[in-house]
Amino acid sequence: MEKFETHVHDVIVIGAGGAGLRAAIEASAQGASVGLVCKSLLGKAHTVMAEGGVAAALGNVDSKDGWKTHFHDTMHGGKLLNNWRMAQLHAQEAPERVRELEHWGALFDRTKEGNINQRAFGGHTWKRLAHVGDRTGLEMIRTLQDRGIHTGVDVYMECTITHLIKDGDRISGAFGYWRESGRFVLFQAKAIILATGGIGKAYKVTSNSWEYTGDGHALAYEAGADLIDMEFVQFHPTGMVWPPSVKGILVTEAVRGEGGILTNREGERFMEKYDPERMELSTRDVVARSIYTEVQEGRGSPHGGAFLDISHRGAEYVKKKLPSMYHQFKEFAEIDITKEPMEVFPTTHYVMGGVRVDPETEQTTVNGLFACGEVAGGMHGANRLGGNSLSDLLVFGKRAGAGAAEYANKIKDNQLKVNDGDINNAVKEMLTPFENSEGENPYTVHQGLQDAMGDFVGVFRTKDKLHEGIEEINVLKERASQLKIEGSRMFNPGWHLCKDLKSMLIISEAIARCAHQREESRGAHSRVDFPKYNDEVWGTVNSVISKDSSGDMNLGTSPLPQMPEELKKIVEGGYK
Amino acid sequence: MANGSAQNSITLRNDTWWVLPLITAIVLATFGAYSTWRAFSNVDFLVQPYLSPFYSPYILASWWPFSPALLILWAPLGFRATCYYYRKAYYRSFFLAPAACAVQPMAKEGNYDGETKFPFIIQNIHRYFFYAAGVVLFFLWVDAFHALWFEDGFGIGVGTIVLFVNVFLLSMYSMSCHSFRHLIGGRLDVFSKCPTRFRLWEKVSGWNENHALWAWLSLFSVALADLYIFLLAKGVITDLRII
Amino acid sequence: MSVAKLRIYRGDAEGGQEVEYEVPVDEGMVVLDAIHFVQANYDGDLAVRWNCKAAKCGSCSAEINGMPKLTCKTRLDSLPLDKPVTVYPLKTFPIMKDLVTDVSWNYEVRKKIPPFKYAEDTDWKMQQVDVERSQEFRKCIECFLCQDVCHVLRNHNKKNEFFGPRMMIKIAELEMHPLDIEDRKEMLREAAGVGYCNITKCCTDVCPEEIHITDNAIIPLKERVADTYFDPLQWILNKVKGN
Repeated sequence: MEKFETHVHDVIVIGAGGAGLRAAIEASAQGASVGLVCKSLLGKAHTVMAEGGVAAALGNVDSKDGWKTHFHDTMHGGKLLNNWRMAQLHAQEAPERVRELEHWGALFDRTKEGNINQRAFGGHTWKRLAHVGDRTGLEMIRTLQDRGIHTGVDVYMECTITHLIKDGDRISGAFGYWRESGRFVLFQAKAIILATGGIGKAYKVTSNSWEYTGDGHALAYEAGADLIDMEFVQFHPTGMVWPPSVKGILVTEAVRGEGGILTNREGERFMEKYDPERMELSTRDVVARSIYTEVQEGRGSPHGGAFLDISHRGAEYVKKKLPSMYHQFKEFAEIDITKEPMEVFPTTHYVMGGVRVDPETEQTTVNGLFACGEVAGGMHGANRLGGNSLSDLLVFGKRAGAGAAEYANKIKDNQLKVNDGDINNAVKEMLTPFENSEGENPYTVHQGLQDAMGDFVGVFRTKDKLHEGIEEINVLKERASQLKIEGSRMFNPGWHLCKDLKSMLIISEAIARCAHQREESRGAHSRVDFPKYNDEVWGTVNSVISKDSSGDMNLGTSPLPQMPEELKKIVEGGYK
Repeated sequence: MANGSAQNSITLRNDTWWVLPLITAIVLATFGAYSTWRAFSNVDFLVQPYLSPFYSPYILASWWPFSPALLILWAPLGFRATCYYYRKAYYRSFFLAPAACAVQPMAKEGNYDGETKFPFIIQNIHRYFFYAAGVVLFFLWVDAFHALWFEDGFGIGVGTIVLFVNVFLLSMYSMSCHSFRHLIGGRLDVFSKCPTRFRLWEKVSGWNENHALWAWLSLFSVALADLYIFLLAKGVITDLRII
Repeated sequence: MSVAKLRIYRGDAEGGQEVEYEVPVDEGMVVLDAIHFVQANYDGDLAVRWNCKAAKCGSCSAEINGMPKLTCKTRLDSLPLDKPVTVYPLKTFPIMKDLVTDVSWNYEVRKKIPPFKYAEDTDWKMQQVDVERSQEFRKCIECFLCQDVCHVLRNHNKKNEFFGPRMMIKIAELEMHPLDIEDRKEMLREAAGVGYCNITKCCTDVCPEEIHITDNAIIPLKERVADTYFDPLQWILNKVKGN
C-alpha cells in the first residue's frame, strides 16, 4: 500500500475562508487541537471576493435597527423557507461577531461619531452593512487570518480533502492529497468541520473561483449527510459581461447600495416595472430575473446586459466608496465608471442549499461532522440577502467551532479507528485517471457540465429543460468515470480537476433534481411552468437529498421546523 | 541559483529599462561637476544685487583659506544626499542597486548591507540636514528680497525673478520632504486629536507626492541661477531691468 | 483573430526550460486566460496558482516579460505581441513546479509580527481620518510581487535579516492603528531589518493594489525608527514629556 503521512488533531476544519477560519479560532479557544486544511494558500479563499459588507443590526446609522428587523428581513428575503432558528441566531449574534472583529484589528469605515459605518443593501430595511469601501471580505479574512495564526491553529495549505473516513457511524478522519507533491495525507480527527464554500464552478458564468466545486457538499453527501434546498442557486444580478475574459466577475451590490441605477437599452429605469417600491434595492432574485427578462425581450445593452450607472454620484465619491469596482472596470473593460455606465448581467454567485445542520451546534446528520458557511443549508432559505453571508460565516463559524470542540472533547484519544480498506479504496479511486490508457480530458467534461447547467438549470427553469439537464448530467457522469490524465502527480491541475469534477457532478445532479421536484417559483428558483408560489404544497417543506444504501441519490422533502408564535408575529408584523 | 529559482540571466525584461538610470546618472554627474567647480572657484558669484545661491549667506571669514561656499554647501548637499528621493535615484543609477526593477544588481549576492551600516546608516539623520538646509533657505529668501534693491532703489530684473523662482522651488523641495512630513504630523497615530497638525500633514503629503519633481526642478533652478550670475559676472550677458 | 506566442517556463527544482505555445487572442484577454487555454488544449498539467481572476486574491503572480505581475490583470494587448511573451515563476521563491513557487517563507515571517493589541479601557471610537492610513495597507492582497521584486530578497537572499515590503506595510498598518499600544520599533530595526531597504521603490512600482509602500509605509517607519534611535533631540523631548 502507498505510504502517506498522518496528522492527528481533535478538530479538522476543511476550508479556510471566513467560516473555516472563524470555526478554527473558536475550536482552538475551546481547548481543542485544531488543523485547518485549505485547497489554496491561506487568505485566498472566496471570502476575499465579498465586497459590499457584513450585515449586522448594530444600529450605528439607523438607530431603529435591531435583531428583530434583521430577522424579519432575512425571513422575507428567504421567502420564509429559512430555518427560523438559524435566522434568529444569525440576527441576534451578528452584531457581537462584527464588534469582535474590530477587537482583532479590523478597521471598518467609520461614522462621524466614530462608530462602524453601515450602508444600505437590497432587502435590508435599514442601513445595516458594516463595510470597508468595497473590500469588506478581504478585511474580514485578513483579520481572521491574523487571529488564527496567533492562536495556535495548525494550517495545512494547498491540500485537498477527497474522502471523509468514518468509524461506524462517526467521523474519524479525512483523507486527501498535497497539491504540490500529489502525495496522500490522512488527518485523524474526532470532529470535522466542513467550510468549503459553494458550487459556482459547475456553471460557466460565475463569480466563483476554481475552488468552488462543491467539495464539502459532496463529501457530506458521500458520508451520508442530508443536503437540503439544493435547487436554490443565487444568480447575482450584476456580473460583468464584457470583455469575454471577465464575464461573470462580480459587480458588487454596493454599487446599487450607493445609489446605482439600472436602465435598459431604451434608457428606461426598468425596475419601476418589477419592484416599484424598492427599485434597484429589491432582493437579488427579483433584480436578477428583471435584468434577464429585459435582455430576453430584446431591450439589452450591446453585449447582452443591462446598464448600471453610478456616475451621478461624482467621481470622488465613487472612487472612495467603490475603489475596486473603479479599478476593475478601468483595467478589464476600459470603462470609467465615474463617467460611463457599466454593463451587467446575472452571474452564478451562491448556493443557498447545503448540508443540513443543527442550528445550535452546526452538526450535520452524521456524528462528528459539522458544517458552516455557504456549504451549510437552511439559513438563507430560497434567497440570500446581500451581506448576510459574511455575517453567516462569523455567527455559524463560531458556533460550529464550539460545537465541534465540545463534541471532540467528549471522545477519548485513540478511540476512533481508520479502516485501511477505506484508505485503499480512496487511493485507488484517485489514481485511476493515471492508469486509464484511454479516456476523456477532464477539462472537456467540465466544459460540458458548465454548458449543461447554464442551458438547463439556469435562471429560468422548466420541467422539460430540467429533465434534459438530468439526462445530460447522467451522460457526463458516465464520461467522468473514464478520465485520462497526462503528466505526474506533482501540482497537476488536470488531475486535481478529476476529483473536483466528481463533486461538481454530484451537486449538479442534486440541484437539477431538486429543481425538477419543486413545482413552484420561490426566491432564486424560477419555474416558467409554475410561475407562482405554491404555499400549501411547497411553502412548508425543504427538499432533501441523501445517498441511499445502494449508493443512489435519494430525493424527498421534509417539513419546515415549526416557528414559535412570537417569531411568527415578527415575520408577519412587517417590523420596522 | 542559491534560492532554487528558474532564472539565471541579469533580467528577462525586454524593454528599455536602462534609459532612466542612465539619464539620471548623466544629469547628476553633470550637476556634481558644475557645482564642484563653481563652489571651489570662489569668483564670479556676486553681481549686485544678485548673489549666487552657492554662496549664500555670504560669509567673509578671514580664518578660512578656501572658498566660503564650502562653509555652506555641506548643508544643502547633505540634505540632498540623504533625501529619500535622491537615495532612490543614485542607488539606482550609480550603485546599480538595482538599476531597475527585476534587474540583477551590481553587488554580489549577499554582499549588501543597505542602510544598516556605515556609511549609509547616516541616512537616518536626514532630518538634521533638513533643519540645516532650512537655515540656508532662510538666507536665500533674504537674498531674493535683497535682489529687489538696486543702486537706484527698488526694482525688478530678470535676475530678481531667477532668484525668486529658485528660492520658491527650493522651498517646495524642502516642504515636500519625507522627514518634514513625518515631523509635522506623520508620527501621530490619532490625527483626530490634533486637527491642525493633521491638516498640515495632509498639505505636506500632497506636496510630498511630487517630491521627485521638486527635487529635479530645484536642482536645475539652483544651477541655472548660479549660471545666470556667472554669465553676468563674466559679461557674457547683461541683466534686463523690468522695473 | 491574432495569435500570441507564450514562452512559459516548465520545470521544477531539478531544472526546466521555456516551452512555446501559440494561443488565439480574444478581446480583453489576460495572460491567465492564455495559460488556461494552454491547460485545456495542450498541457493539462501546466501548474499555475489562481483563484478569483479579478485581481482581488493575489494568487496568480508571475514574471511576464521579466516583470513581476498578476497574470489575471495583465492584458495581452498591453504587451508587444510581435515578440513571444515570456512567463516565468517568481524568482525570489524556490520553484515547486512550472509557475508555482514555494511562498511559505512569507507566512512564517508574518507570524513573527506581534498582532494588534489594545488598551483595557478602549472605547472603540475611531474617526475615519484615523483609520485611513492603515486601511490603505490593509488593501494588500498578499500577491507577494513586492517581496519578489525586492532586490534584498530577490538577489541578496536576506530572508533571515529582512522581512520584505509586504511585512513592512503589515507593521506600518499596526503601528499606525489608532488604538494599537504595541511597540514594534525595536523589531523593525533588528529582526525586521527596515535598514536593509534602500528605498529604490520597486515594491511600489509592482504593487497591483497601488499601495504607496515606500512613501506611506517604509519611509514613515524609517522615520519612526529614527525618532527612537537616531535623533537625540526627539529623545530629549520624549524624556521631558515623560514618555
